[in-house]
Amino acid sequence: MVKSVTGSQAVILSLLEEGIDTIFGYPGGAIMPIYDALYDYQDKITHILTRHEQGAVHAAEGYAKVSGKAGVCFATSGPGATNLITGIADAMIDSVPLVCITGQVASPMLGTDAFQESDVVGISMPVTKWNYQVTCADEIPEAIAKAFYIAQSGRPGPVLLDIAKDAQFQKIDAFCYKKCRKIRSYIPEYPVEPTQTGNIKSAAAIIDAAQKPMVLLGQGVIQAQAEAELQAFIEKTGIPAAWTLLGLSALPTDHPLNVGMLGMHGNYGPNIKTNEADLLIAIGMRFDDRVTSDVKSYARHARIIHLEIDPSEINKIVKTDVAVLGNVKKTLPLLTAAVHKNSHDAWLAEFRACDKIEFDSVISKDLHPAKDGLTMGEVVRMVSEMTHDDAILVTDVGQQQMVAARYFRFRRSRSCVTSGGLGTMGYGLPAAIGAQLAAPDRTVVVFVGDGGFQMTVQELGTMVQNKLPIKIILLNNNFLGMVRQWQELFFDKRYSFTELQNPNFVMIANGFGMDAHKVSHRDELVEGVRRMLEHDGPYLLDAIVEKEDNVFPMVPAGASVSDILLDNSSIK
Amino acid sequence: MKKEFNITIFSENSIGLLNRITINFTRRKINIESLTVSASAYQGISKFIIVVNDTEERVQRVVAQLDKLVDVLKAYYNTNESLIYQEIALYKVPSEYLLNGNNVVETLVRESGARILEINNQYAVIEKTGHTDETQALFAKLSKDFNCTQFVRSGRIAITRSPVEKLSVFLKERDAMLSQIED
Ligand SMILES: Cc1ncc(C[n+]2csc(CCOP(=O)(O)OP(=O)(O)O)c2C)c(N)n1
Repeated sequence: MVKSVTGSQAVILSLLEEGIDTIFGYPGGAIMPIYDALYDYQDKITHILTRHEQGAVHAAEGYAKVSGKAGVCFATSGPGATNLITGIADAMIDSVPLVCITGQVASPMLGTDAFQESDVVGISMPVTKWNYQVTCADEIPEAIAKAFYIAQSGRPGPVLLDIAKDAQFQKIDAFCYKKCRKIRSYIPEYPVEPTQTGNIKSAAAIIDAAQKPMVLLGQGVIQAQAEAELQAFIEKTGIPAAWTLLGLSALPTDHPLNVGMLGMHGNYGPNIKTNEADLLIAIGMRFDDRVTSDVKSYARHARIIHLEIDPSEINKIVKTDVAVLGNVKKTLPLLTAAVHKNSHDAWLAEFRACDKIEFDSVISKDLHPAKDGLTMGEVVRMVSEMTHDDAILVTDVGQQQMVAARYFRFRRSRSCVTSGGLGTMGYGLPAAIGAQLAAPDRTVVVFVGDGGFQMTVQELGTMVQNKLPIKIILLNNNFLGMVRQWQELFFDKRYSFTELQNPNFVMIANGFGMDAHKVSHRDELVEGVRRMLEHDGPYLLDAIVEKEDNVFPMVPAGASVSDILLDNSSIK
Repeated sequence: MKKEFNITIFSENSIGLLNRITINFTRRKINIESLTVSASAYQGISKFIIVVNDTEERVQRVVAQLDKLVDVLKAYYNTNESLIYQEIALYKVPSEYLLNGNNVVETLVRESGARILEINNQYAVIEKTGHTDETQALFAKLSKDFNCTQFVRSGRIAITRSPVEKLSVFLKERDAMLSQIED
């Protein structure tokens, strides 16, 4: 295709070449030419006008996590661009592929403190995988091709292109798009053979000899689309597998070898057993401090095999015995072929014994409470069951996130959208928008606290305007619950600025044109959830839960993972 | 234990890369003792030499992060022992000390392996290359007795002692790897 176009048209045509049909954004002066070009392509591209640029970038993240493709967002210069930063930082730490396009003041005005000029390339540099300022229309196709290649390859991440307004207006004589397939200074993943052959052999020998091995699976498995390869590996070796928060849904919840979640509010078994294991096989995970807690006492008896695409993760936190570098989609089958068939029934039974302990002291109280008030756990489990454990779970951040991660159940991959590394409150509502657009035929449920809900509440408008049938479950405890929990447990119950005076959430939703309903009693719950799920369109269920419930189990900050607490009795 | 390390980075010559590199030091609160950017033996490839004082473990980690930057071809680190390195220093001294006929400054310059770059009836400019302690020692002498009014030292430039040219080996491997990927 060779034709003369403006820089702005080149932006849209390039996005089409990359197969983009959905963009999240917010217009303004410096990006108006691009929006004007977009006007002619509304039959090919859906643009979702969020109510804040932070909403646009989180929506793009939700879209990327569910679709596996880069999320695209647009924002204007200055405040538009700076409003993206939280979401870009979130995407950076959680390795979410994003292509963010910002307008910039015209190139002759750069550096003059022009109206709505901000140095977004400088500001976003620490939180982008790559960024670039375009000041000439001719550069646009190549810059966009590079942006998509970098965002989506290797360990994915956010990239930002800042396009000066004059470049948007300029003509390109001949538009010609070529996808980027290589960059000399950037090798997204190293070829596995022959460099990893020896490592795979050593890893297999260690795995065959291990008595108490455990797999730690992370988001890398999902990003590599290596779910089947993972399953084949654990089934051949019989090794129990625990997932990280971002690894959720990579395996079916009820897979016999799935032993639950790692981390601060993870399950009892995988935390306790980490310190008894003689081998940890980390697959596409990065030993985040919420997983390891105190590193010095972490997995002292275990050798460590790390399958990882990003060489800088090796030995970053824990010392690895064998590193297998590369895409786990390629390395896992080689490892599976190299190991002997095995089983670890007695060892697996130890995890199940832990499950029983956790059930008796934590889960039964959460799911079958004796007290009057609703618990977060029973609401989450009810929604999971009534969606046949097959909905897409989106969460905000806080207690409700941890409870949802613990009690929601999954049948298929790419069904959990949550802010892990940054823990960004306000993520949930906009991320659900992206998730629903990426999977229009699936039920999307989002659990959000009353604090986080009010950080991006304006996105209710986006859901209504676009008729997105998202089901919002507000787990309303009238507190910034997770912070309150810490204050109760570690700050002598001094509730410093964590109680909220909340609005009438049902009226708020209604004001946006969204149906809503409040439930506060157990006997209303089934009916409330049923009504929400049967409703054709977006819906808010305001579930009033116990004000001062705590999330357990819990590995207190700085403790060893095996010092995980089942209740607060041992906290002074 | 902290000690001096030399981080070498070979990169594409792209705008903003210096910023991207230095923020990796800033966020870990590692001070950059000196920094030099110049052309390398290969056209279009820039070479950064960054001197830091830190533990080897932390240096290793920051190098791993630098190595993965999109525009960076390769990042390494070396100890001082594995390098031949120099810095250059310039000193400005009032010319009265050289024109008074006693030759003390000239002798000091010669014995220090320095040289006089320029002299006029107001001042002389002296140049010395060497390691930091050597250029510093000359400064101490010049400022104590001869009112040295300006002193400046460059960042470090360094060449590896190893007979293996890592970059050329690296570039060959990289070209081979890239040639397998179709355009
Ligand atoms: C943007 C942002 N600000 C502050 C925090 C710190 N923080 C973590 S959890 C939490 C409380 C969240 O309260 P709420 O949204 O009501 O959810 P709950 O914990 O009650 O489920 C806070 C303030 C954060 N994670 N993100």
